Amino acid sequence: MPTLYDRGQKGRRALALPELTQPEEDLLRHIPEAMRRKSPPRLPEVSQPELVRHYTALSRLNYGVDTGFYPLGSCTMKYNPKLHEDLARLPGFTQLHPLLPEEEVQGALAVLWELSEYLKGIAGLPGVSLQPAAGAHGELTGMFLIKRYFEDRGELPRRHKILLPDSAHGTNPASAAMAGFRVVALPSDRRGLVDLEALKRNLDEEVAGIMLTVPNTLGLFEEDILEITRLVHEAGGLCYFDGANLNAFLGRARPGDMGADIFHFNLHKTFSTPHGGGGPGAGPIAVSAPLLPYLPVPEIVKEGETFRLNYDKPKTIGRVHPYFGNFLVMVRALAYILTLGDAGMREVSAAAVLAANYLRVRLKGTYKLPYDRLCKHEFVLSGEGLAEGIRTLDIAKRLIDYGFHPPTIYFPLIVREALMIEPTETEPKEVLDAFVEAMLKIAEEARTQPELLKGAPQRAPVKRLDEARAARQPVLRYPFPEG
Amino acid sequence: MNPYIPHTERDIEAMLRAVGLPDVEALFSDIPEEVRRRFRPLGLPPRDEIWVSRYIAGLAERSTGRRLIPFLGAGLYDHYVPPLVGHILARSEFYTAYTPYQAEISQGTLTWMFEFQTMVCELTGLEVANASMYDGATALSEAVYMARRATGGSTVLVPKSLHPHVREVLATYAWAAGLRLVDVPYDEAGQIQLGEIPADTCALIVQEPNFFGVIEDLSGLKERLGKAFLIVYVNPIALGVLEPPGKFGADVVVGEGQVLGLPLSFGGPLLGLFATRMEHLRRMPGRISGRTVDAEGKEGYVMALQTREQHIRREEATSNICTNSALCALAATVYLGALGPEGLRRIALLSMERAHALAARVFALPGFRPAFRGPFLYEFAVACADAQASVERLRRHGIAVAGPALLRKCGVDNAFLVAVTEKRTPEELELFVRALAGKE
Repeated sequence: MPTLYDRGQKGRRALALPELTQPEEDLLRHIPEAMRRKSPPRLPEVSQPELVRHYTALSRLNYGVDTGFYPLGSCTMKYNPKLHEDLARLPGFTQLHPLLPEEEVQGALAVLWELSEYLKGIAGLPGVSLQPAAGAHGELTGMFLIKRYFEDRGELPRRHKILLPDSAHGTNPASAAMAGFRVVALPSDRRGLVDLEALKRNLDEEVAGIMLTVPNTLGLFEEDILEITRLVHEAGGLCYFDGANLNAFLGRARPGDMGADIFHFNLHKTFSTPHGGGGPGAGPIAVSAPLLPYLPVPEIVKEGETFRLNYDKPKTIGRVHPYFGNFLVMVRALAYILTLGDAGMREVSAAAVLAANYLRVRLKGTYKLPYDRLCKHEFVLSGEGLAEGIRTLDIAKRLIDYGFHPPTIYFPLIVREALMIEPTETEPKEVLDAFVEAMLKIAEEARTQPELLKGAPQRAPVKRLDEARAARQPVLRYPFPEG
Repeated sequence: MNPYIPHTERDIEAMLRAVGLPDVEALFSDIPEEVRRRFRPLGLPPRDEIWVSRYIAGLAERSTGRRLIPFLGAGLYDHYVPPLVGHILARSEFYTAYTPYQAEISQGTLTWMFEFQTMVCELTGLEVANASMYDGATALSEAVYMARRATGGSTVLVPKSLHPHVREVLATYAWAAGLRLVDVPYDEAGQIQLGEIPADTCALIVQEPNFFGVIEDLSGLKERLGKAFLIVYVNPIALGVLEPPGKFGADVVVGEGQVLGLPLSFGGPLLGLFATRMEHLRRMPGRISGRTVDAEGKEGYVMALQTREQHIRREEATSNICTNSALCALAATVYLGALGPEGLRRIALLSMERAHALAARVFALPGFRPAFRGPFLYEFAVACADAQASVERLRRHGIAVAGPALLRKCGVDNAFLVAVTEKRTPEELELFVRALAGKE
């Protein structure tokens, strides 16, 4: 695919900009000689039609939720309502500078305050910070809170361990490590759940907390959740809940009622804000009462009908975002919550869980289902044993030929050749059935015509790409011709 | 049923039958009964689209601040955003996709990421850039973490002229990692005065131009630092006219990319820029798109060097970052592609032209003087007897600037900060001067 650098000609322009009223040299004199740019950055030089056609062409090489079924496990690729896109582009939001005085930004503060209140209610927890810009950022903020909590209680450096089930998202151990904790992996038991005996063995006075994903990455609800959080609390630790999978129990259960001390939301998953090709998302956190003093500043408070920013929190961890977090993402999430109301949120979890279980039972005879029990919003198959020499990667690439985005593959790590499937609530049954048909057909092809899988994809803009080469001989920017 | 769920009653019955469950509630039997019993709803009725649309638009209208003329910058700037940027971003093939895990159907995203990385390298004068961080502040914090890993040092030299909010974010990250932040003072010009460098220094941070708008001279800094990192926090528009930090030996260049085609958005989403030298590639956080070939030898792109990342390396990863600011990086790519090298330079020069014209008139008024003597591009600090009163007077005339509270955090008393972009008109400049002079 040509890049924008391969298009255009020297001297072409895409925009009519104002002219300078004085010679450039006079202006450049304001810059000390040493700091004056000697040669311009090499940027493309294209006309506006070329530019627009280039990016339109690129967009057509992509597959999004608007293109088709996108059952990428743990990512909750649900439909993104169009209304929200327009609301997030209202000038009353986009043209607002975050450093304006409080009284000039009351509408924006109202958005933040209302969303915080709803998120508190959904989490069943008394405090919220909207600052984290993504789920992993929420995790990191949560780890910072745990650290500050124990620092304040004089329990550092003793409490330096974070327990993590071996099924956890990769961001969890990475976040814990970034905050300076040592990660201790907990094995899953035969049910695919936290092994209670292993948990008890590892709970000591060095444990700062546990990070749990509820339901876990196998799509299974931790049935012993109350026991787990009780044990951790008894040992003096705190419970972090990764909220990537909130779609599974939205409107039916609250992390606060399960013993969570910190819970992060992924607004770009559960609350339907678009994933943007890898962000921007938003990862607000909700916290339990003991952690309230440590939340980031500023806090948005309501006094009468007026909103105000409160910086007076002596024990705060400080800021984790230079302003208030990903505001325009929050506008969309607020619109979503208001549209759905309680009933609509309850329907989300019902439909998402029903769709996942439907796919699970339809596929389990053909594909290996390592944990064969009621699942929540997603489930994990194994591509192992389908046919000699066939790997999950081949199945995934063949799905592309059938017009579907493949599931998450090779995760969680505790299932070999994993295929993690999350249909979400927004797919019609016909689409789910078509996906099942494709999966069954692929299983058959694996035995009868394996070359179709090995050679897949055939119906994509490119054939299978060589990832190893990209690591061996990295080409990470445009190779300009010499001279 | 909520409008985004397509299931009919018949669909639901058919699916329940297949699963072998009597009703939808049975799908949740694995959630402990006690937990389900404790559940409390929000008390929110469902709403129709017209209601939601009006309600949210009402909140948008309620902020009076957008009617103020923004001479307010302080890290985020009111540059012109060409509508074509928004039109490209509205292509739902871009915005409804996720991280390009499946490269063959993500060539659109991976190609523009490759373009973006190239542009960031060109602006900064460095060899490799990632596909974005959340914002400039967290990009800086991660750069410091990287410097610590690379050098083993745990002291970070931080100028008093760094954006105070950026510094506050850095302070949070530094505390958690046990890093020590040591202030670097500024002189009368408003430029850093680098004293002795402590032995365990892992990095010196320089903001370019700094929070006061003053241009820092980067010459000779890296030579003094030795193996400690020179980390430069940039305004990428300024790099249209300023020598790239890579030329001065910067190890990492980070910055706030909002100025590259993104609206102010009440401070988010933003765009973190991150570039470094090839030797530090394997320590760099974030997604990177790399060129490769497909099974038939045709050129294509994939996410390269994923073994640095959390989903592979877990607690050993270079960072926990996963979702970043991809769509904002696309905006920057389209914006820079539309401007080209001449356009970028023009935006910087137009802003300078207006800023210097305004500064000359402001400093000709009795009682107003530059807070610093150092050279500036398009933002400057104004010192006066009662800065707060001046700021209030400007506001009464419909003008916003960055008030004295922020500058006070940097140790500057009784001053306010004025930013002027290419969007400000001669009439607005005139109004500014008259308002400041107290002429009604």
